[in-house]
Amino acid sequence: MTSESLGFVFLNAAIINNFVLSLFLGICPFLGISGKRDTAIRMGIAVMFVMLVSSAAAYGIHHLLLALGAVYLELIAYIAVIAATVQLVEMVIKKFSPALFRALGIFLPLITTNCAILGVALFQTLRDYSFVQSITFAFGSGVGFTIALTIMAGLREELNLADVPSLVKGTALTLMLAGILSLSFMGFGGLGG
Amino acid sequence: MRPETLHTQAPPFELDTFLEGVWKENPVFVQVLGMCPVLAVSNSVVNSLSMGGATVFVLVMSSAVVSLVRHWVPNQVRIATYIVIIASFVTVTAYLLEAISLDIYNALGAYLPLIVVNCIILGRAEAYASKHPVLPSIVSATGTGLGFILAIFTMGAVREVLGSGSFLGVSLFGPHYEPMTVFILPGGGFFVLGALLLAISWFKERNKRGQA
Amino acid sequence: MSDHMHMHASPSAGPPSSSVAMIRTLVVVSAVSGLLIVLVFQWTLPAIKANHARALQAAVFEVLPGVSRVETFRLQDDGTLAHLAGEDERALKVYAGYTDAGKLVGVAIPAQGQGYQDVIKVIYGYDPAKQAIVGMKVLESKETPGLGDKIGKDPEFLGNFDTLDVALAGDGLRNAIQVVKHGAKQQPWQIDAITGATISSKAIGRLLGESTRAWLPIVQRNRTALEAKETR
Repeated sequence: MTSESLGFVFLNAAIINNFVLSLFLGICPFLGISGKRDTAIRMGIAVMFVMLVSSAAAYGIHHLLLALGAVYLELIAYIAVIAATVQLVEMVIKKFSPALFRALGIFLPLITTNCAILGVALFQTLRDYSFVQSITFAFGSGVGFTIALTIMAGLREELNLADVPSLVKGTALTLMLAGILSLSFMGFGGLGG
Repeated sequence: MRPETLHTQAPPFELDTFLEGVWKENPVFVQVLGMCPVLAVSNSVVNSLSMGGATVFVLVMSSAVVSLVRHWVPNQVRIATYIVIIASFVTVTAYLLEAISLDIYNALGAYLPLIVVNCIILGRAEAYASKHPVLPSIVSATGTGLGFILAIFTMGAVREVLGSGSFLGVSLFGPHYEPMTVFILPGGGFFVLGALLLAISWFKERNKRGQA
Repeated sequence: MSDHMHMHASPSAGPPSSSVAMIRTLVVVSAVSGLLIVLVFQWTLPAIKANHARALQAAVFEVLPGVSRVETFRLQDDGTLAHLAGEDERALKVYAGYTDAGKLVGVAIPAQGQGYQDVIKVIYGYDPAKQAIVGMKVLESKETPGLGDKIGKDPEFLGNFDTLDVALAGDGLRNAIQVVKHGAKQQPWQIDAITGATISSKAIGRLLGESTRAWLPIVQRNRTALEAKETR
């Protein structure tokens, strides 16, 4: 149990140690998402939902395994829960918004292998957060992920219209942008401290 | 395709598969997979090689097992099955590493269990190991693994030399050299990878133009 | 694509399988995987334990000078310290160090607190006779490389902790640990901050302050228990 306040846990996850820009989690969708802000936001929300559910489940699993003395099964249990949650989310989205389902395409099932989701479960276990702290952490990470994704989508949207040499277009450009974003986010260090 | 491969069985075929993973279909530089560990742990050569080694171990073992059981896994549950197999090997690798070297284990930190969601491993299992016998699967995995190590080592070397002024922990420029710390920061990781990708596409462009 | 490869390829999409086949596969795979994990876990456990013990010992030796033997003590619910011979993951522990001759040198206490970038974990040595911190080691930090991470490496900064006055008065410190500007240190309870890493330096001061307030009274109250492990 750490003594971090909820507000700080949230801020830390969302901005100070942003999952994508500081911790390098969730890079695949971050690099691959096209320059459409709307898709980015919806993707972020889908990821945040999976994070919240997985976080709650991970908390339960961790303490259950601790009591059973079988902590070595943690990784398998976490990833199984995440896979199940993503499956669930996929079905829900398909039913309620086929357009969104099509827009997200291959990235939806890929959320399972999104380092960010497993990262939430692993980090909250490592830092020994309480249940409420864990949920806040998941929420903060989801927000941070969405922020990073949205900024990147917006930037790419603008750059599509700019005169960029063809050699640089694509992943190399996105990475350079990510680097600049990451450095600028470092300015948030010490916030709330 | 070369007609010889139909007559001379294993060696040319497997060499092709092997080399493909190393260069033409390099998982990091070409397919842009497995980013998370490459960026997170590549701030020094030791860390890069450790992460590379652990990942390749899981990659090869899981490809072998997936290939072994490929005929018995129903289609609908194949991804779930592969993930369970991969997760087991990652867990095993983590314990082995913790027993062998606590320093390396601590250096890799949370990124060690994150190997389980490294797209490269699941990608190999799904695209290759699930459709081919054990030996070719192992060869393909080893080739891809080598490509991965090549990529992460390059990242680690560039970042450590520029960002810490050392290589493998050995100071290169003396104690008064002020290194460009940005390179061992997350932002620097993005920059270096971007620059490397840029260099590679420039290289490819030149070759294409040369052959045209 | 070479025909060769297709000869060996198995069909990737067959007729839909029954639920039984699916469940059976998952159960078998999970069971075998679980078994593999348990086996490796048991096999590596002794080596892992040895590694952790060695790392802990090395850290304690660094913060308590002249120590050659370490004994673990856990905090009981009633506020007393009891010697811990085995393992207890959930217990709060401190580590008493003894010289070759068997005398108690002091207690190494782990502490952690929020730094500039993320949580900093340290271990510091406390000499109850001198009522001072005699050593500090940063175990884990994510502070900015080249700036904040100097708290773990800068010999001048670490020198602050060779004899940091943490004398008790009542149930708190007589003089609170204070982090001052570099070069302004005048009192033995002050810490000279690192220029350019004020926040990280202050974080160390803060977490040490919190930890000493919590632990030092306990250590002083339980000196007999700690000395009981001395050997003549």
